[in-house]
Amino acid sequence: MILHEAKNHRLANRRLLLVVTVTAFVVLAAIVIFGCVVYDQANATNFDQKNLPPSLAHPFGTDWMGRDMLLRTAAGLSTSVLLGVVAALVSAVLAFVLGACAALGGSRADAVISWCIDLMMGIPHIVLLILISYALGKGFWGVAVGIALTHWPSLTRVIRAEILQCKESLFVGVAQALGQSRLRIALTHMIPYTLPQFIVGLILLFPHAILHEAAVTFLGFGLPPEQPAIGVILSEAMTYLSSGMWWLAVFPGLALVAVVLLFDCAGSSLRRLIDPKRNQE
Amino acid sequence: MSKVLIHTIAKFLLLMLGVSVVTFVLVSLSPIDPVQANVGQAAYLNMSEAKRAQLAEYWGSGLPLWERYGNWFGDLLHGDMGVSLRYNAPVAEVIATRALNSLALMGCAWVISGVLGFVLGTLAGLWQNSLFDKLAKGYCFVLASVPTFWLGLIILMVFAVYLGWFPVGFSVPLGMSSADVGLADALHHMVLPALTLSVVGIANIALHTREKTVDVLESDYIRFARARGLSRSKALLHHGIRNIALPALTLQFASIAEIFGGSVLVEEVFSYPGLGQAAVTAGLGGDVALLAGIALVSAALVFAGNMCANVMYGIIDVRMGGDRR
Repeated sequence: MILHEAKNHRLANRRLLLVVTVTAFVVLAAIVIFGCVVYDQANATNFDQKNLPPSLAHPFGTDWMGRDMLLRTAAGLSTSVLLGVVAALVSAVLAFVLGACAALGGSRADAVISWCIDLMMGIPHIVLLILISYALGKGFWGVAVGIALTHWPSLTRVIRAEILQCKESLFVGVAQALGQSRLRIALTHMIPYTLPQFIVGLILLFPHAILHEAAVTFLGFGLPPEQPAIGVILSEAMTYLSSGMWWLAVFPGLALVAVVLLFDCAGSSLRRLIDPKRNQE
Repeated sequence: MSKVLIHTIAKFLLLMLGVSVVTFVLVSLSPIDPVQANVGQAAYLNMSEAKRAQLAEYWGSGLPLWERYGNWFGDLLHGDMGVSLRYNAPVAEVIATRALNSLALMGCAWVISGVLGFVLGTLAGLWQNSLFDKLAKGYCFVLASVPTFWLGLIILMVFAVYLGWFPVGFSVPLGMSSADVGLADALHHMVLPALTLSVVGIANIALHTREKTVDVLESDYIRFARARGLSRSKALLHHGIRNIALPALTLQFASIAEIFGGSVLVEEVFSYPGLGQAAVTAGLGGDVALLAGIALVSAALVFAGNMCANVMYGIIDVRMGGDRR
């Protein structure tokens, strides 16, 4: 006789996490694709319909050139997301290589790389981004290279720690005792061991990269004003604040927060799915 | 102790040397010609050849990179950071006046966010899974994704434009000579930027404090205190707070880099004349000397923060007392 039947009307935890992760990625992809499709429309000006507050025809309102803010926001978000994702990918590859060098390259390489990490973290991130963007003459390459070159330190530490842990583990010791080559150990043991952490770390880099891109562009060191980017939209909105056009700042900003939250949510759900220590939570 | 001190100083000097090299190489790589950027296109074209050569020599654009670095670094060691083009004053002077504004702003935000974040995190951990905990956690997760400059814009719009409670920008009223500016005026202008910075800063510290509080409440010594009849909150207050405060303090000192980054954005939004705004102006206007100077100062600040964290560790954590032999 069953005295204590488990209540099972909720979706199982892991399945729920999977649903959340997949949904977040699908929504993000949809936003990016929508933004790319309407990219040309986003720049279309219509001076009959300028400075309109939000309405059914223009849910986000229009700006002083009669551009529809919903389309501009979508186009801007897709620019920011694509730029952020590509730059974060470069940063993550850099982190993997440096982390592996630090863990496997002996104590001297380790000391040099740790010092570089200290150096990178010693300068406030925004100041470093301004410096790099300035060095490259601002614009698209300034912000893209800046973001790609500055997001590796924290992930490098994670990768280094993972590889060190893996190196000390029993199964690597057994493989060495069995006479397997270093390359084979790296390919069959180390990479599978660190890959999950790497992928999660990579996805959790995206929100940082996107926020930094927006911030640097907002300050005037990033994408040029003619491109629809969230930073550009918000810095333009700032000049129209005192004229009461609140929708220019509120909706694009909320959309940016939503995208960042989605990335965060996708990353942390994925972590809980593939991290063996926490996947039963 | 003196060994630790020497080690710290050596580390600091090495790091600052690294920062100065990186900064100088970056600002020198720039295709933005400081002569043209500062004289202006029209004036540059009308300038005589001799004048151009004189200016080019003044900026040292003819010399190789390492020689210029040597000159700049040599002057730096004498305390001469060069002359700011934008502000037409020695860089050290510009930084000194602006650092005062910035430090006041960052100091306020740092203390407020630290104290509020700590209290919020501790209470959320104490009442784990209550409504309060859920609200606090939700607030922190959302705030961690909010761009600082956008929050500043919204706060500016609500409190300065619509409600008109606070001025729209600057650190003192417009059209008032600096002698007439009272402390109240200065504070009044600092409220909104400090509020923005604090609200963003709370999230990180509150989340970490909450995790730590939950851990501490499950520990053996709290269980023992509870067994002796102390209430949960009393046990936490008498036995847990030190253990929770330690990582929180370290984290808060280590977050100085983030607060500085946030202040760059916030100062730009509120037109607050601090270091961050000067850095942006310098970067946009090709003011190489000022930009490099501010980067150095910010790196020194971050290092000082990390060092404070280490010192605090020794004072608060009695287990680390062994170092003082």
